[in-house]
Amino acid sequence: MRYMTDRSRVEGLGSAKAGTQHFWEQRISAIALLFLVPCFVFPFAWHLGEGYEAVRAAYAHPFNAIVAIAFFVTVSLHLFQGLQVVIEDYVHGRMGMVLIISTRLLCTLLALVGVYAIIKIALGA
Amino acid sequence: MVELALPKNSRIRTGKTWPKPEGAKNVRKFMVYRWTPDDGENPRVDTYFLDMDKCGPMVLDALIKIKNEIDPTLTFRRSCREGICGSCAMNIDGRNHLACIYGLDEIKGDVKIYPLPHMPVVRDLVPDLTLFYAQHASIMPWLETKTNAPQKEWRQSIEDRKKLDGLYECVMCASCSTACPSYWWNQDRYLGPAALLHAYRWIIDSRDEATGERLDDLEDPFKLYRCHTIMNCAETCPKGLNPAKAIAEIKKMMVQRTI
Repeated sequence: MRYMTDRSRVEGLGSAKAGTQHFWEQRISAIALLFLVPCFVFPFAWHLGEGYEAVRAAYAHPFNAIVAIAFFVTVSLHLFQGLQVVIEDYVHGRMGMVLIISTRLLCTLLALVGVYAIIKIALGA
Repeated sequence: MVELALPKNSRIRTGKTWPKPEGAKNVRKFMVYRWTPDDGENPRVDTYFLDMDKCGPMVLDALIKIKNEIDPTLTFRRSCREGICGSCAMNIDGRNHLACIYGLDEIKGDVKIYPLPHMPVVRDLVPDLTLFYAQHASIMPWLETKTNAPQKEWRQSIEDRKKLDGLYECVMCASCSTACPSYWWNQDRYLGPAALLHAYRWIIDSRDEATGERLDDLEDPFKLYRCHTIMNCAETCPKGLNPAKAIAEIKKMMVQRTI
């Protein structure tokens, strides 16, 4: 039993003066992905099953390479922001904090791996 | 952490079935949630039968008839019986509504009545709304001005007054907030649709001079941004209002002042 007034519970730690940027970025990345997902998936699916040289030639084209890099960066940002909201909704306290940090690290890793792979293929290492 | 199952002491069991009225031809079954803090028992659902030929048309009429004629211990809030006081909000047939303006003819089959969901229960159909009222108080539901008060009234154009339509009608019945899953999981931090609708009502009031401070107070991942436009609030509002739209307008203003 905690002797807190209801008003004190509502006030909590006050306003975080944040949230709008997260909300706005999530909308912008969603709009970007409307364009990036088909532009990434179609060339990817087109060359699926072909040899290394054909794929390398496809991603050597600046449009495909830039779109693929933009896709990995945007999708991992959008993924993290979406998952963060879900975690904040359902998991509270220390476990929520651990999950948010792990999600952020995994999403950053996803972006790094994707970008590295595309650069490696595009530059034909 | 979200709890998907009710705690042991909140699990609902079958309660008492009261006898059917004698000689009645038009009988309807009512299943009503009952709980009292006095006996340490789990909540139960009691079954009542009413002669509909001798009952008023609304759910509240049925509850009053049960209380007056069958079981005087049944507890619920009610006052105006015309949808303006917001006292008799409860979960009827799976939907949060005001019992006084919800017609029994709108419900198919048995009538199931529970208190508003996911709130502490004081007794039977009476939820504890103290946190809900404190959330309303926190958004400063009054005209905030810095200019010296005018000789007469604060003037407002007809167009600006029209912006308050669809907002001022809220009777604070809590149907919307208690229908919102975000409010269920985070009501200690999320203000909920009712408080946010009221916040917007003052934010867009042309006479108010604290718009910036009001937006500052709401700029928070939990207070405002827990709304994911689920729209249960608009779906359930007994007054036909749209709190989700008001919240979306607040978010738009938040973005507007940053870009």
